[in-house]
Amino acid sequence: MTALPQSTEKKLGLVIDLDTCVGCHACVISCKGWNTENYGAPLSDTDPYGAEPEGTFLNRIHSFEVTPPDAPPMVVHFPKSCLHCEDAPCVTVCPTGASYKRQEDGIVLVNESDCIGCGLCAWACPYGAREMDAVAGVMKKCTLCVDRIYNDNLPEIDREPACVRTCPAGARHFGDLGDPGSAVSQLVAQRGGIDLMPEQGTKPVNKYLPPRTRDRLPEPPANLAALCEPSTEGLSGFLGWIDRTLGKI
Amino acid sequence: MHPAPSLIAFTVFSGLGFGLLVFLGLGLIQPVGWSAFFWFGLGYGLAVAGLAASSLHLGHPERALKAFSQWRTSWLSREAVLAVAALVFMAPHAAALTFLGQPAQGFGMLGAFLCLLTVLATSMIYAQLRTVPRWHHWTTPAVFLMAALTGAALLTGIVPLAQLLLAWLALALVAHWMLGDLRFHAAGSTSETATGLGDRGRVRLLEPPHSGRNYLMREMVHVVGRRHALKLRVLALAGAALLPALLLWLWPAAIPAVLAAIMLHVAGMLAARWLFFAEAEHVVSLYYGRD
Repeated sequence: MTALPQSTEKKLGLVIDLDTCVGCHACVISCKGWNTENYGAPLSDTDPYGAEPEGTFLNRIHSFEVTPPDAPPMVVHFPKSCLHCEDAPCVTVCPTGASYKRQEDGIVLVNESDCIGCGLCAWACPYGAREMDAVAGVMKKCTLCVDRIYNDNLPEIDREPACVRTCPAGARHFGDLGDPGSAVSQLVAQRGGIDLMPEQGTKPVNKYLPPRTRDRLPEPPANLAALCEPSTEGLSGFLGWIDRTLGKI
Repeated sequence: MHPAPSLIAFTVFSGLGFGLLVFLGLGLIQPVGWSAFFWFGLGYGLAVAGLAASSLHLGHPERALKAFSQWRTSWLSREAVLAVAALVFMAPHAAALTFLGQPAQGFGMLGAFLCLLTVLATSMIYAQLRTVPRWHHWTTPAVFLMAALTGAALLTGIVPLAQLLLAWLALALVAHWMLGDLRFHAAGSTSETATGLGDRGRVRLLEPPHSGRNYLMREMVHVVGRRHALKLRVLALAGAALLPALLLWLWPAAIPAVLAAIMLHVAGMLAARWLFFAEAEHVVSLYYGRD
């Protein structure tokens, strides 16, 4: 049934640190790689080497510019994948029961052999987390790498979602957000983790850590350009010796 | 939202078919013999053709039977179940009128009720979506139900009722458009809430995730419809309600006028339904810099 479970034993999810994400898109590629080679229909590309390449991705990185009222703008790289919501609207709209939320760990999955490809769940998701695969005709979404996290054939260090495992900046964290003592829950508490679009009432499990406040110059230098003039002042070593010696001639 | 022709055809023609079956079930017209065969054939034909059109937009239509299973939670599943139930329970009434020359009124009433519920369920597929604030409103079922009943009144040529319903349809359409224009803002989703960065300052998209397009953009970040929205609204309102009402007022007893009114109404409703999709803004567009 596509009814949501009353509660889940665990709330597995991601914590994404907007302060440390450098926008390298490595998580996009590792996600595409793992989920094309493993569980379910591969994530297809259409016209990959042509004029209008397009493809199915379960994780995409947007980059936003935030302009505070009294400071220069800053860039925030913004990874976005399924938030495995507690009140997942994508699940209840499904007419076939293909979409479901697991009672044991809260992961939202699609049973691809039941999916008729009507696309209603993608419409119901405020976050754009679901994409219909153009070739397979079924709905694809983040599985939280359910085929990695419980996979005894993988070394223990690899038993986390591909995006988390690959992130070179350590901007993605995986764990049980239902357990207040877990590392991810503590991180959310410390850094003031937030929900995306809380007004949509989806109660997302994934949390985002807002960027830390940046240092600010109290008073900008009077003549900034002058600081960029090439200068030999304070030059040491061999070059300094040449400079000083030639200067004396 | 992307105005898929299959969905526009589905909602307009199945609505028309189920509306006609409501009129036949309630006995507002009571044809017998071959005439009954023709009228019920038209009602069933439109309803089934609409439902068949809807299956064209499925990725896997061969699995469509599975869509009857989740009626407890899903409006789409309820719509499928109700549509079949309505057609099944209407059948004895249709058969009785065609072959025995008298109604099976109990089945007719039940069938009519189920037909109305089917149209309501169709509208709720859209009205349930919080992500599309323009649809998430009582005016969505109002427009769908009024359109179905008005079309049926025109098809059956019951002129006084048609005039009354045309006025209500016009009101429902205008309310859906005018109130709909306020809905996105009222829902409170902005680039700031979408990114959670609103307390830092103004947020705008700097770089999209990719240089090309994707499924989400094609399906939900459709902007073409908004450029000519006002002109299309006027045309849709004129075709769906105002001109048919004028024709019926000028020549209430003339068959050609009723036929022209039906044509205009259907064309107007197709335009209105195109707008229904094309004008609807999905909150995911906030992640693509289209607020």
